Amino acid sequence: MRWIWIDKFVEFESGKRAVSVKNVTLAEEHLHDHFPGFPVMPECLMIEAMAQTAGILVGQAKNFEEKVILAKINKCVFFDYVRPGDTLKLEANIESIAPEAAGTKGKITRDDTLVAEIDLMFSHIDQNIGGKKFPDENFVFTDMFASLMQGIGLSEKKA
Amino acid sequence: MAMSRDEILRLVQGVMVDALGIDEDEAAPDASLMGDLGAESIDFLDIVFRLEKVFGIKIPREELFPIENMMTNPEFVSNGKLTAKGLAEMRIRMPHTDLASFEGDPDINKLGDLFTVNSIVNYIEGKLGKK
Repeated sequence: MRWIWIDKFVEFESGKRAVSVKNVTLAEEHLHDHFPGFPVMPECLMIEAMAQTAGILVGQAKNFEEKVILAKINKCVFFDYVRPGDTLKLEANIESIAPEAAGTKGKITRDDTLVAEIDLMFSHIDQNIGGKKFPDENFVFTDMFASLMQGIGLSEKKA
Repeated sequence: MAMSRDEILRLVQGVMVDALGIDEDEAAPDASLMGDLGAESIDFLDIVFRLEKVFGIKIPREELFPIENMMTNPEFVSNGKLTAKGLAEMRIRMPHTDLASFEGDPDINKLGDLFTVNSIVNYIEGKLGKK
């Protein structure tokens, strides 16, 4: 993972569900332009936050051995604006998981308000694309994201 | 009670609408998944996941869409066409698919056209019958 867009996990049930938190702050520079005088979190970045939450859930289910890539946005519906100062809760559930892919269902809430529903599909790319070869190293799950897994007993890859 | 073919068709059409974001009337029985409905490789996995849920069955890897690992085998494919051996293999692996129009010109670029809404209905019908 090249950049981290969620702040921490608060719940993690291996292979089933994960809940993460993302705090939105006016220190995020893009909010100054999106939009001037009316800062709102871009919806594509809500998808990114869900993709990271669900992607790590899917990766952990296979012990971070697969290269997990966002392959399809099955559904995304947004119900409300997200503004600076908001704390988002992102809940992802694994709906299906197979050797070559996984499907997740997710929702984003702020307090008890539903902000978005986002369903995604992830590809385990080594198992797909007609046997095409990718680098051996897992460029998806680098050490960068290890800090995210701390505190929920998942900071290290299992042997 | 066993499901009728019409009921299976309706459920399969619902899966296509959800997986491919198409309108219900586009999911005609003879519509091909790739050519007519614009399915890409990840959509095939999405469709498999949804079919498993809707029909409460397990669809083994490669059973419904078994051609991918055939394509890299030179015994089965030569000069972009399926060999006689490849065609024979395909008849065994894909009994739910109508191969008649394909056999005259077994160009692998046209393989995608073989997967139609109907072929999925055939597959599910066979699968449910064996339950």
